[in-house]
Amino acid sequence: MTKRRPSSDTSASGNGYVWLYAAFHAQISRLAAGRASLIALALTLASVAQQSVAQQTPLLSGGVGFLTNTNGGNTTYTPIIEPLLAAPIGQHFLIESRAALLEDFAPKGNGQSGYDHTHFTALTYLEGDYIASRHFTIVGGSYLIPFGTYNERLSPIWIGNFQSGPLITALGLMSTGTGVGGMVRGSAISRRKYSIDYATYFSARSGNENFNSQRAFGGRGDLYLHDARLELGLSYGRRLQDTQENFYGAHLWWEPKDTAFRLRSEFARGHHAQGYWFELDYRTQAFGGLESFWGRFEPVFRMQQTFRRDTIVSDGLPLVNTQRADFGLDYNLPHNTRIYTSYSRQFSSAGDTNIWSTGIVYRFLFPAWKGK
Amino acid sequence: MSAKKGLSAGFLVLALITSFEQGRTQAATKQAPAHGAPASAASKSHNQTQDTQEEGERIFQQNCSRCHNVPDGFSSRISGTVVRHMRVRASLSQHDEEELLRFLNP
Repeated sequence: MTKRRPSSDTSASGNGYVWLYAAFHAQISRLAAGRASLIALALTLASVAQQSVAQQTPLLSGGVGFLTNTNGGNTTYTPIIEPLLAAPIGQHFLIESRAALLEDFAPKGNGQSGYDHTHFTALTYLEGDYIASRHFTIVGGSYLIPFGTYNERLSPIWIGNFQSGPLITALGLMSTGTGVGGMVRGSAISRRKYSIDYATYFSARSGNENFNSQRAFGGRGDLYLHDARLELGLSYGRRLQDTQENFYGAHLWWEPKDTAFRLRSEFARGHHAQGYWFELDYRTQAFGGLESFWGRFEPVFRMQQTFRRDTIVSDGLPLVNTQRADFGLDYNLPHNTRIYTSYSRQFSSAGDTNIWSTGIVYRFLFPAWKGK
Repeated sequence: MSAKKGLSAGFLVLALITSFEQGRTQAATKQAPAHGAPASAASKSHNQTQDTQEEGERIFQQNCSRCHNVPDGFSSRISGTVVRHMRVRASLSQHDEEELLRFLNP
């Protein structure tokens, strides 16, 4: 899957070190002890640095695409790019960030020609990760809130099976989906049969207008059964401002071994609304494998419902109970390119609507700079 | 003066140990049998390499493919960065991180 590491990557650690040590021994007879200690220190640092840089060039990744969406007869065209940067520093640090830049074009109504357009640019997150030990990673900065699975795992445009996220995505994400503060996460237990991981955060996100912080905390725990390929998880979040809402979530993912079938599902409950979604996708291996013409097709289905618990709207969910079925057919082209098509039918007392989506997304992934 | 000598000797020992450990790690990673080694040793080494690959592939399928499709390929120069990103995002254990790195750089 990957190219083999070129021999030049490791050559410095072979003959290069023999030469360095010979030079070191020649120098030590002529230099005073103080200068020798400095050289030895430099040699040690060079040796450690050599170990850390071989495969850790910063990377640029992300997705660039063109999406169309027709919702209730209104069509929008959206060119979009989501770049991601990841830069390791030393053996324990990682800086990573993702942004979104898009432009929405919509035909002018009332018989006018041309298009209206709006643009949107945002830094989705910018975080520093410090791997403190085998069980603890400390995250600081602006990070994706670990509630449920969609926000952290499926929200990049090159990963999700549908253009739009589930209706309940807003629950537990404290309005923006991004926290500002700190998070501790990691692998709590990792055994041959199962593993348990966790993430817990505290956020004091501040708006630009009046600098009132929106404090919140929460977390998520996952149990993964390796043989069954089954994941179960629970999430919790609490807004510490104003209404001080609690949010609860649960998810179940299943990917049977040696198949290209995936089941993902999630339930979330807030103070004023709740809902669920489940999603199925499949690629056949029966006609020449996943990389064959037929194996590249990926039918997708998602069912979702939201229920209002009262009429207070503070969570971004629909104002009335809503049911929606999404039928999609994606095609995985070579070179990390994917075509998306879907049809959705949404039912609610506010009116039933049809939603058509198409799009193409190219996922890029390469070193941030050219190597030697 | 004696303190400086001690310091320099300490750094020298540290440099030698670091270099030795690096050489040992690379030898273990490459898993290549030495020339003239008995066939059983070569076979054992080959089996170890295969086991390592299978373990890495298992970890890849269980943790990476769970969320996203497999990229067509990427430069080995960023494999360490990709794995560290996955270590944080997917909460991989240290063992999984090491095996995954070996799998991506056989």
